[in-house]
Amino acid sequence: MRFVELAIRNFKEMWRDPISMGLEIGIPAGFLVIFWALGRSMGDESFLTTTMLVPGIAVFGFAFLLMFSAMMLSRDREGALLSRLLTAPLKPRDFILSYSLPYIPMVILQIALCFGIGALLGLEMPGNAGLAFLVLLVMGICCVELGMILGLLFNVNQVSGVGSVIITLVALLGGIWIDLEVIGGVFYSIGNALPFAHAIGGVRDVMVHGAGFSDIALDFYWVLGYTLVFFVLGIFLFRRRMVE
Amino acid sequence: MSYGTTGNRFAIQTFSLSRKFGDLVAVDGIDLSIKEGELFSLLGPNGAGKTTAIKMLCCLLRPSSGTATVMGRDIHEDPMTVKQIIDVSPQETAIAEHLNAWENLRLIGGIRGLSKEEVKKRSEELLEMVGLAKRAKEQVRKFSGGMKRRLSIAMALVSDPQVLFLDEPTLGLDPQSRRGIWEHIAELKGKKTILLTTHYLEEADALADRIAIIDEGKIAALGTPQELKDSISDMQVMVVRAKNLPPDVIEGLKEIYPEVKATEDGIEIRAKELSFYEIVDYLRPRGVAIQSTSLKQPTLDDVFLHLTGKELRE
Repeated sequence: MRFVELAIRNFKEMWRDPISMGLEIGIPAGFLVIFWALGRSMGDESFLTTTMLVPGIAVFGFAFLLMFSAMMLSRDREGALLSRLLTAPLKPRDFILSYSLPYIPMVILQIALCFGIGALLGLEMPGNAGLAFLVLLVMGICCVELGMILGLLFNVNQVSGVGSVIITLVALLGGIWIDLEVIGGVFYSIGNALPFAHAIGGVRDVMVHGAGFSDIALDFYWVLGYTLVFFVLGIFLFRRRMVE
Repeated sequence: MSYGTTGNRFAIQTFSLSRKFGDLVAVDGIDLSIKEGELFSLLGPNGAGKTTAIKMLCCLLRPSSGTATVMGRDIHEDPMTVKQIIDVSPQETAIAEHLNAWENLRLIGGIRGLSKEEVKKRSEELLEMVGLAKRAKEQVRKFSGGMKRRLSIAMALVSDPQVLFLDEPTLGLDPQSRRGIWEHIAELKGKKTILLTTHYLEEADALADRIAIIDEGKIAALGTPQELKDSISDMQVMVVRAKNLPPDVIEGLKEIYPEVKATEDGIEIRAKELSFYEIVDYLRPRGVAIQSTSLKQPTLDDVFLHLTGKELRE
C-alpha cells in the first residue's frame, strides 16, 4: 500500500490548486443551471428538461476531469519529481492508482452536485438513484483512466489541446445535448461504440423510465469494459514510457 | 563478482556499462568498482554521461549493453530490490511544490515503506540537520533554491538508504549555499556509500574519497584527488598575468607549449619543462604587457585539461 502516500500527495496537489478545483466543481454546476435556464426559455416543448440534462452534464463534467487528471500526470512526468518517485520500489500499477484515486472523490462530488442542483430544479427520479449513481461513478472513473493515457502520451500543452477536442467529442458523440438517435448515421454508430452515450443513455433510462439493472446491464458493462481497458492500457503505457 | 568479500565489499560495480541514444554514445563501456562506505565522485563537464550513468544505476534507464550491480543486485535482473537499497537526489530540484517540507519527507518515506513513526523520527532529525525545522510547515514553493536543494537531499536520506546517488547536488547554487550542502554531505561520509556527480572541481576535491574523471562517456582517469594531482606532478604550471593578450598570440604560444589556457587576467601554461625566458621573449615583442608570473601546484582542473584537452567549465 505504498502508493497511498503518493495518492495523498496527488489529492493535496489537486485540492491546493484553487483554479482547477473551482473549474472542476463549477463547470457541471454552472452548465446545469445555464442549460436549465435555456430550456425554460424555450418553453414546454424543450428537450432540455432537468431529467434529461443531469446525466449529460455529469458526463460533460467528467470530460473536464479527464483533462485535469491528464495534466497532473503530464506535469509531473515533465518535472523531476516523477523521476525521483520512479526510483522507489513502486510498480506501474501503483503509479496509475496513485494518480487516479484522488479524482474519485471529485467524481462523487460532481455527481452529488448534479443530483443536488437537479433536485432544486425539478429533477424527477422514478428509478433507482443508487443505480444511476453507480453508472455515473464508473463513467467518471473511466474518464480519469483515459486521462492517465493522455497524460502519458502528451505534454502539458498538448494535453490542453487534445483535452479540448475530447471534451467536444464527448459532447457530440455522447448525446449530451442532442439524442444520438436523432442525429443517426455514422455519428450514431461511433457514439454507440464509445462509452459516453451508454452511460448517459443508461442513466436516462433509470431516471426517466425507472429502468432496473437488467435493463441497462449492457450499457453498464460497456462502460465498465472501457474503464478496465483504459486502466490496463494506462499501466502498459506507463511501463513503456517511464523506463527508457 | 567481488561483492561479499569481507573487508572489501563493493557497493556498486559496473561492467562495460553503456548507453546509446541513437548514434550518440552517452556512456561508453565504463567499469567501476565503488567500495561500501566510499564517497565516489564522477567528475566531468555537462554532457559527459554522468547523469545517464546514474539513471542506469537507479533503474530509470536501460543500458544498451553491459550491466551493473548495486550491493550485489543486478540492475537489469532485480530492479525492485535495487530500488529498495538506493535513493537519489536528482539534478533538478525534485520536490512537490504544493506540499510543505514535512509532507515531502512523508511522501518519500511512505512510498519507501517506512512506518509513520519512522518517518516522523527521521524527518525531525533530517529537517534539523538541513536547517529547515522552523519552516517545516510552509509550502516549499516559497523556499529559496538553496532551501529546496537541502530539502531534496533530506528527502533522499529519509529512508536511510545503503547507497545514495547525488546528481549535481549544488548545481546553480551560490557559493555560501554550496558550502552549506558540502557540510551536510561531509557528515554522511563513511556512513553510507555515496556516488556524487559534479562538474565543480572544488566539490569533488573537497568531498570525494576517489574521483573518476569522465569525458564523452568514458572514464579518463580514476584515483584519489591527490593521486590524480600526483599523476601530473612532473608538470609545471606557470601563471602569467598580462594585458594586451590577443587570441592569435595565445594560439602562437600553443605551438611551443600545447597546453595553454586563457584565464580572466592572463594565461596558464602547462608543460613538463617550462622556460621563463622563452615565454617572456615570445610575449613581449608581440605587445603583451606582462604584470606578473608565478608557478603553481597542479589542480584537478589541470589534470582534467591534461587528460581531455578540455576545460570543465565552458
